[in-house]
Amino acid sequence: MVLKIKRQDDPNSSAYWEEFEIPYKAHHNVVSMLMEIRQNPVTRGGKAVSPPVFHANCLEEVCGACTMVINGRVRQACSTIASELPNPTTIEPMTKFPVIRDLWVDREKMFDNLKKVHSWIPIDGSYDLGPGPRLDSDTQQFAYLFSRCMTCGCCVEACPQVNSHSKFMGPAVMGQVYLMSQHPTGKMHEDERIEAVMGDGGVADCGNAQNCVEVCPKNIPLTTAIGWVGRKASVKWLRDLFTK
Amino acid sequence: MPGHHIVVGGGLAGLTTAMKLAEQGEKVDLFSIVPVKRSHSVCAQGGINGAVNTKGEGDSPMIHFDDTIYGGDFLADQPPVKGMCEAAPGIIYLFDRMGVMFNRTPEGLLDFRRFGGTKHHRTAFAGATTGQQLLYALDEQVRRYEAAGLVRKFEAWEMLSYIQDESGDCKGICAIDNRSMEIRAFPGDTVMIATGGPGLIYGRSTQSLVNTGSAASACFQQGAIYANGEFIQVHPTAVPGEDKNRLISESIRGEGGRVWTYKDGKPWYFLEEMYPAYGNLVPRDIATRAIHKVVYEMGLGVEGQPLVFLDVSHIDPAVLNAKVAGVLEIYEKFVGQDPRKVPMKIFPAMHYSMGGLWVDFKQQTNIKGLFASGECEYQYHGANRLGANSLLSCIYAGMVSAPVMTDYAKAHPNGGNERIGEQEVVRQRESFDKIFKMSGRENVFAIWRELGDIMTENVTVVRYNDKLKATDAKILELKERWGNIGLNDRGKWANTEALFVRHLWNMLELARPITLGALNRNESRGAHYKPEFPERDDANFLKTTMAQWSSDGPRFSWAPVDVSLIKPRPRRYDVEKSATMKAA
Repeated sequence: MVLKIKRQDDPNSSAYWEEFEIPYKAHHNVVSMLMEIRQNPVTRGGKAVSPPVFHANCLEEVCGACTMVINGRVRQACSTIASELPNPTTIEPMTKFPVIRDLWVDREKMFDNLKKVHSWIPIDGSYDLGPGPRLDSDTQQFAYLFSRCMTCGCCVEACPQVNSHSKFMGPAVMGQVYLMSQHPTGKMHEDERIEAVMGDGGVADCGNAQNCVEVCPKNIPLTTAIGWVGRKASVKWLRDLFTK
Repeated sequence: MPGHHIVVGGGLAGLTTAMKLAEQGEKVDLFSIVPVKRSHSVCAQGGINGAVNTKGEGDSPMIHFDDTIYGGDFLADQPPVKGMCEAAPGIIYLFDRMGVMFNRTPEGLLDFRRFGGTKHHRTAFAGATTGQQLLYALDEQVRRYEAAGLVRKFEAWEMLSYIQDESGDCKGICAIDNRSMEIRAFPGDTVMIATGGPGLIYGRSTQSLVNTGSAASACFQQGAIYANGEFIQVHPTAVPGEDKNRLISESIRGEGGRVWTYKDGKPWYFLEEMYPAYGNLVPRDIATRAIHKVVYEMGLGVEGQPLVFLDVSHIDPAVLNAKVAGVLEIYEKFVGQDPRKVPMKIFPAMHYSMGGLWVDFKQQTNIKGLFASGECEYQYHGANRLGANSLLSCIYAGMVSAPVMTDYAKAHPNGGNERIGEQEVVRQRESFDKIFKMSGRENVFAIWRELGDIMTENVTVVRYNDKLKATDAKILELKERWGNIGLNDRGKWANTEALFVRHLWNMLELARPITLGALNRNESRGAHYKPEFPERDDANFLKTTMAQWSSDGPRFSWAPVDVSLIKPRPRRYDVEKSATMKAA
């Protein structure tokens, strides 16, 4: 099995490619193959090199750490199984985030966006104040889909509106704005979150390409959330026009 | 003036501590190797226990307490476990208020499922990704305090050691930036270690790649006591893999999953036959040993492989999708078969360490100012942990410790001494300079595989003293060979190989109290099973193993267990618990 890996020594240097070859095993995944390479980091050309640096943690596709571009498609390396892969296979870092080294990128801006939109339920305190509000099962089941977002950035990577000329926050954060409003307490504070996605880089920057739902590893209905957030923003804009 | 605290680890225990401290107006520096939202707590699937008693079963925190102590084979100190079980319903309510999308009943109340080691529906759950949902709720609350300026996050930084003052008390940490490799001191009034389990000591486990136990090991090497290290939980149902063993949650059995293999050409539901009172919902150590016996002693593994079936194909797929979709997806994605149609093939895998840093009832280690919470400490699970008690213990420990840390900071302020860690930084820089110069013939990852293989073979389900001795000898050999590692990566930027060299050393140091603790304990209790000593021996071993590091190897002593609330009685799952109470 040949792996072509795009490498970059640090954020400021230029990228280059190296090829590695390892024995094929059907149950390998891209992380376990990278782990195998680091036990003997020699290129196909016989050159001893530093082991490719990657970021990975849970290996069960719930933490989002090992997101990479594999054969041109953004996905989690851990759940990319060798038996599904062409030979050779190319592995690249995500392109919408700064590279730290090799396949490891810095996705901090996604977490900063969650801060900007106040993605939390503002509880009075973490002391025991008794049971939470009741919620019907249908609402819970639909909201649960959004609560599985692991901030992996696949949707951001695939979104044409996220680029060097735009400040678009991307689809994931819109999903979280929607999620927070499904909780009765979160609903009370909906306005401040909608406000936060009305400005520069907000929901209006969505170009409706719908790539986000295509690539989301958890099949989160992101376009539903974006549509909902967009409508809320329009209503708020009109309301503000007449009341402010 | 507010206290200044260091929290190391951004899983459930660390984030709870950070949230509680910030809520009191304290300042927190939060350190995590991965962005906190990617911590290992996301892997917890099944749920969180709390005796809310909404199913008319007469459940209560006292029954939860008894199940936990009994499930832990009476090795846990009882007062903190009682406190945890009493706080559990309130903790579940808190997370519901924080927005966790727990599954609901038709009336809109929280739904509960059954888990192993109990007869009650006591486990609240958010689909089959409960740990992920609880972690995200905490992440959101901590982000709120971060936005308010009370919490500073240091992600992609890892702790190397704690800083000691003249009296040996803890006054902060020394940490390294995994990108720039810069080493710095971070003074603080208190330090919380919430760094999770040591799964990587076993090579392939159900744990995440950050779970090397390195921070706990560093504290152990500096003088913190490591307790009950020999108690390692092997989860009965995981999918063996090249890189890790992927857990198939106990919730699968809680929702009606059955474990079986072929015997005489017919399906044999061996757990149901061996343990009629609890059936498939026996605790993990019991199920694991049963599978081990069926496979290795009776030779009945599926297709002659070390595998048995875990079957949900008889359950309505709609029910499965609403309650355990996340678990089934993992099997589908990684094995390529639909468990709704064909039985899953599973085998036990190292899952959790009941042992860890010794702490008092307020979560403080034997080092003043150094606290520990979550899987890295030993306190709540005795000799075997019940499913869905780990999330609870992480959160509860964080809640207990935060007010104590606040009080400690008031009583022992650091006094703004910013120079206190300078010597420690020099020591750590020297140690990394040595690592960067390593040019021997060994590969760090290959040595790690050898460690994992021998630990998995000899220090998991069945333990023999001669093999434990051989394992310790092997660990010593690997420590020798560690010195002959050659680095393939000479870079000074984001050198993850150099970082792993240090992790491996710490794993080797921590593997010893685990292995030797098992060697010393000549009895069988909970997850620790020796065929040469098949019975629990309360007269000699109803005590906590306490290991202290020395340059000649760990030194052991034993502390009595606080059994003041529930009198120890034999632990059996073939009969109802009431029968064991009568016998006691």
